[in-house]
Amino acid sequence: MDVAYIIEKSSLVVLVFLVSLGVAAYSTYFERKLAGWIQDRVGPDRAGPFGLLQPIADGVKMFLKEDFIPKNSDKWLFIIGPGISMFTALITSTIIPWGPPLQLFGRQITLQIADFNIGILFIFGVLSIGVYGIMIGGWASNNKYSLFGAIRASSQMISYELAMGISLITIILMSGSLSLNGILENQKGINWNIFYQPVCFLIFFICSLAETNRAPFDLPECESELIGGYHTEYTSMKLGLFLFSEYVSMFISSAVISILFFGGYHFPGESYFDGNILAIISVLVFFTKIFFFVFLFMWIRWTIPRFRFDQLMHLGWKTLIPLAIINMLITGVVIAFTKGWF
Amino acid sequence: MESLTNRRKVVSDKPMTFIEKLYLPAIFSGMMITLKHMLRRNKTIKYPEETRVFAPVYRGQHVLKRDEQGRENCTACGLCAVACPAEAITMVANERKKGEENLYREEKYAEKYEINMLRCIFCGLCEEACPKEAIFLTDRIVPTEFEREDFIYGKDILVESLENRIDITKRQNTGKRGIV
Repeated sequence: MDVAYIIEKSSLVVLVFLVSLGVAAYSTYFERKLAGWIQDRVGPDRAGPFGLLQPIADGVKMFLKEDFIPKNSDKWLFIIGPGISMFTALITSTIIPWGPPLQLFGRQITLQIADFNIGILFIFGVLSIGVYGIMIGGWASNNKYSLFGAIRASSQMISYELAMGISLITIILMSGSLSLNGILENQKGINWNIFYQPVCFLIFFICSLAETNRAPFDLPECESELIGGYHTEYTSMKLGLFLFSEYVSMFISSAVISILFFGGYHFPGESYFDGNILAIISVLVFFTKIFFFVFLFMWIRWTIPRFRFDQLMHLGWKTLIPLAIINMLITGVVIAFTKGWF
Repeated sequence: MESLTNRRKVVSDKPMTFIEKLYLPAIFSGMMITLKHMLRRNKTIKYPEETRVFAPVYRGQHVLKRDEQGRENCTACGLCAVACPAEAITMVANERKKGEENLYREEKYAEKYEINMLRCIFCGLCEEACPKEAIFLTDRIVPTEFEREDFIYGKDILVESLENRIDITKRQNTGKRGIV
C-alpha cells in the first residue's frame, strides 16, 4: 500500500464526509423552504440572501444551548445514543459508488471509498444498527415518552426491515451480485431496474421512509403524541446530532434507492462521453437523482398525515411482506425459466 | 331537508373499496395538490421591505388640522367626544387670550385634547362629527408602546406641525358629508 493510495482514499473520505454533512445541512434548509411553499408561505428568508445562511444560524444556536443531562438518566448511554445515530448514518456512505473512475495525476481514482463484495448487505446491516442510537437514547433518558418513542422505533424497524430485505432479494436475483458495482453493472444507459421491478421499488421506497423515520412513518418522534419521542430529553448539539442524522440517512437512503432502481450514476447516452468528462457528468447525474429522492421524501412528508400505529403495523406485516414475497417468487420463477436453470 | 347549496355530502362509514384500500391513488392526488401549492406564487408581503398599499380612505392615526395660516381649527366643541362610540376622546376647552390670534382660529380652543388609542376603534365618527374640519384620520399606523399611558395621545402628537403639514385632501373628496 503506497502513500498516494492512502492520500487518495483519505481525501475521498473527508470529501464524502463533508458532502454528506453539507447536503444534510442544506436539506434542513430546503425542507423548511419546501414546507413553506407547500403551505403558501415563504419559508426562512432572513439569514443571508434567500435565507441561505439559515443552517449555519441553526447550528450556532444548537451549540450555544445549554447541554443538559437529566439527573436520573443513564449518563453514558445518554451521551452515546446520538453518537451512534450519527455514526451509522455516516458510515453507509463508505461503499456508495459516486461515479466512474477519475484520471488524476496519472492515477486512476475510484470514486468509492471501499468496494465490498457484499456491499448491499453492509448497508442493510448498518441501517438497522441505526435504530440502536434511537433505542439507547430513548431508554437512557428515563422518560416514558422517550421510551415509547424508542419502542416504536424498534418495532417499526423490525417490521419494515423484513419487507425491505425481501424486496432487496428480488434485486439481487436480477443482478446476480451483492456488490453495489455489480448491481450498477446491469443498469447501464437506461436499462434501470425500476422498469423491471416497479412493485419492488414501491415496497423498498415505503420501507425506506419507515427506516429513516420520515413522515408518514415518523411515529418515534411524533410530537403530537409523544412530545418529541426519543429525543424529548435531549438538548443542545446532542439533539442536533439526532435531527441531523435523520437528514444524513435520508441522503444515503436516496443514494441507495437511486443505485438499486434508477441506475445510480448511469444515464442514457453515456457512451458518447469518456474519461474525466464522463466521470464528472455521471457524478452530477447521480446527485440529481439523489436530490430528486430527497425532494420526494420531503414532498411526501408535507402531504400525508402520520399513520396510526396499528395502521403502520398492518401495512408492514399484512400488506408489504406478502407483496414482497409474491414479487420475489415471481421474479425467481421468471429468472429460472429465462436463464434455463430447469 | 333540502340543501340550499350543492356542497352537502352525505357521510357514511361504508367499507372501503379495493382501490381506496390501496391508498396510493389518494396519496398521488394529495401530492398533486401540494405540488400545485408549491408552484403557486404566495401572497406574503415581506413587511419591513414591502408594505401593503393603503386605500385612500384608510382610517389610521388621527390628526388635528391647522388652517392655511397655521392656526388650530379645533374649537373644543366636544362633538367628536360625543360621537365617539368608544369614549376615547376627552378635551378641556379654554378661551383665546389677546395675542393668541395666530395660534387658534376662533375664540375658544382646546387646551387639552386627548385620544386614548387603546380605546379608539378607528371608526371615523369623530371625523364625520367635526363641524370645523379639525380632526381627520390618516393613513399612519399607531405604533406599539410598552406602557398603557403612552397610548394616550395628547396635542403634542395629534396636532400637525407647521413644517410637516399632513395631506388629507384625498379623504375630503371621498364621501365626507358637507364638504365640497
